[in-house]
Amino acid sequence: MEPITEHTGIGVPLRRSNVDTDQIIPAVYLKRVSRTGFEDGLFAAWRGDEQFVLNIEPFDRGSVLVAGPDFGTGSSREHAVWALMNYGFRVVISSRFADIFRGNAGKQGLVAAECGQDDVELLWKILENDPGTEVTVDLTSKTVRAKDFSAPFEIDEYTRWRLTEGLDDIALTLRHSGDIAEFERNRPGHKPVTLPAAQSQ
Amino acid sequence: MAEKRGRTLAEKVWDQHTVRRGEGAEPDVLFIDLHLVHEVTSPQAFDGLRLAGRQVRRPDLTIATEDHNVPTVDIELPIADPVSKTQVDTLRKNCEEFGVRLHPMGDAEQGIVHVIGPQLGLTQPGTTVVCGDSHTSTHGAFGAMAFGIGTSEVEHVLATQTLPLRPFKTMAINVEGTLRPGVTSKDIILAVIAEIGTGGGQGYVLEYRGSAIESLSMEARMTICNMSIEAGARAGMIAPDETTFAYLEGRPHAPQGEQWDDAVAAWRELRTDDDAEFDAEVTIDADALTPFVTWGTNPGQGLPLGENVPDPEQLGDDSAKFAAEKALSYMDLEPGTPLREIAVDTVFLGSCTNGRIEDLRAAADVLRGKKVADSVRMLVVPGSMRVRTTAESEGLDKVFLDAGAEWRQAGCSMCLGMNPDQLEPGERSASTSNRNFEGRQGKGGRTHLVSPLVAAATAVRGTLSSPEDL
Repeated sequence: MEPITEHTGIGVPLRRSNVDTDQIIPAVYLKRVSRTGFEDGLFAAWRGDEQFVLNIEPFDRGSVLVAGPDFGTGSSREHAVWALMNYGFRVVISSRFADIFRGNAGKQGLVAAECGQDDVELLWKILENDPGTEVTVDLTSKTVRAKDFSAPFEIDEYTRWRLTEGLDDIALTLRHSGDIAEFERNRPGHKPVTLPAAQSQ
Repeated sequence: MAEKRGRTLAEKVWDQHTVRRGEGAEPDVLFIDLHLVHEVTSPQAFDGLRLAGRQVRRPDLTIATEDHNVPTVDIELPIADPVSKTQVDTLRKNCEEFGVRLHPMGDAEQGIVHVIGPQLGLTQPGTTVVCGDSHTSTHGAFGAMAFGIGTSEVEHVLATQTLPLRPFKTMAINVEGTLRPGVTSKDIILAVIAEIGTGGGQGYVLEYRGSAIESLSMEARMTICNMSIEAGARAGMIAPDETTFAYLEGRPHAPQGEQWDDAVAAWRELRTDDDAEFDAEVTIDADALTPFVTWGTNPGQGLPLGENVPDPEQLGDDSAKFAAEKALSYMDLEPGTPLREIAVDTVFLGSCTNGRIEDLRAAADVLRGKKVADSVRMLVVPGSMRVRTTAESEGLDKVFLDAGAEWRQAGCSMCLGMNPDQLEPGERSASTSNRNFEGRQGKGGRTHLVSPLVAAATAVRGTLSSPEDL
């Protein structure tokens, strides 16, 4: 994962609440076995509408999505994060994220910045009044800036640290391999196994 | 030193699986007892292992099935959609390479991942269960801590058998009273979601408790826990009791002999202590519940079947109003229309929410000797091959076929339309599944979430109905 401490890019106002993962990328687009190429499925149902924000220049070149509350609800599909990142988004701002989406974003290096809904509304106005306005998201000071506007955002401290350091989660956990092995030795004997003992490690 | 107080069920299971406590902002490292795998969310995870030269740490705690993509007709033929076929073939190759047990299409134990875990007796009280699928919350019905994860986390569990996580908050959902005839656990959970909203459970584990919950069968409990994610919750749990133990005893992977006794003794401890405190509590009156259906495009937009399509003008704040207007426009519904007058084109009985044998029995009891309306297509898709063969041994397939419904092979099917089972644009369904999102069952499709009883009655009358309307 590439470290990210600050990102600046064109802000895209998405005036919708409850943008669920089936809207971000419908199931029929989930069939690839790679992590790339999902941009075509991003907001697929809405992109047929020429008034949809991503069909309007310069929002089509945006990299900071500003959405309504309850963004990313529903499915656990990480494809939602890949689709946003494959398209070019690096940051999503919302007043409330679904838990699994937020977790997936943090693993992939997509910043899920939680702002107050009042600040989201102000950002929408700025971006709609002056399309192409750049939004800066600073992970060090945990602030969002656009023109004169500045507001704090929330992000889990551990995720913020991993994003700014660009650290791989699995490598971090494997530092505790000894603890895991010790835990495994002490598990109760009645716990289920999926394979016959002979095939177990 | 902090005052010592009682712990909730969720806290007990968490504590029993903490490999290492996080310091400061660091998460805990939580051990995972059971990892369920399917074809859609795993290919990139196995790829990641290969790239890093890592192995699956515990293949003996991992099991895979093919469910999301698989067709539900002509399963002896190769999958027609080449991209779906590649995804299924990729899972087969990965399971072979990494030594993971797989139940492929056509296998006697194949089925929806959340149906086969409990059926095999792998889902047990006090275990941690994960899967790259949000409906993993289903397994919480056994008093397991079970939650959906993304593909990066799937890779993490494959590599380490653990996950780095911060403890979840806890919410009690007290459901007291007695359900009236014709009211099911699906109606309970739809009412809960309408009450707390699609974001109301965010960050929480919900513990369903109270006399109405205790009286439910295991399968009915699974339906409730399954939809915890639709309230935004990380997981849903129900304390294990005699009903749980009776369900598990004798299943292929349930403990045997002395180990059974040890297990049951440990499972009996898995109850929220009397002096434990939840971070939040909600109470639902079971006596007052009636069949519930959704009218909108998220699972929180639901009402009792006896009511009318709501008027957005009458709804709370601007954002709820705006969301309702958008939903009604998508659903092509007029405010004030009685829900019972909404005509459907398709009825879907199945999914990890309501595709188990009791669901099929309940629907068959309504359909026996009746006909599906001419205007309606009804799909019956068992949650697993085991459910299918059990249903056939009871003659349920005949009941469905005689009524004019289609009797299919096992899979996720029209719940999400990744296989050919999809709604056409503008088509309307009554569906026993879990999500009524725009386009969920096919582009432009319109979904009303219902219980199996309402699904069957709706199939007969052609409009949203309960058995008492017949």
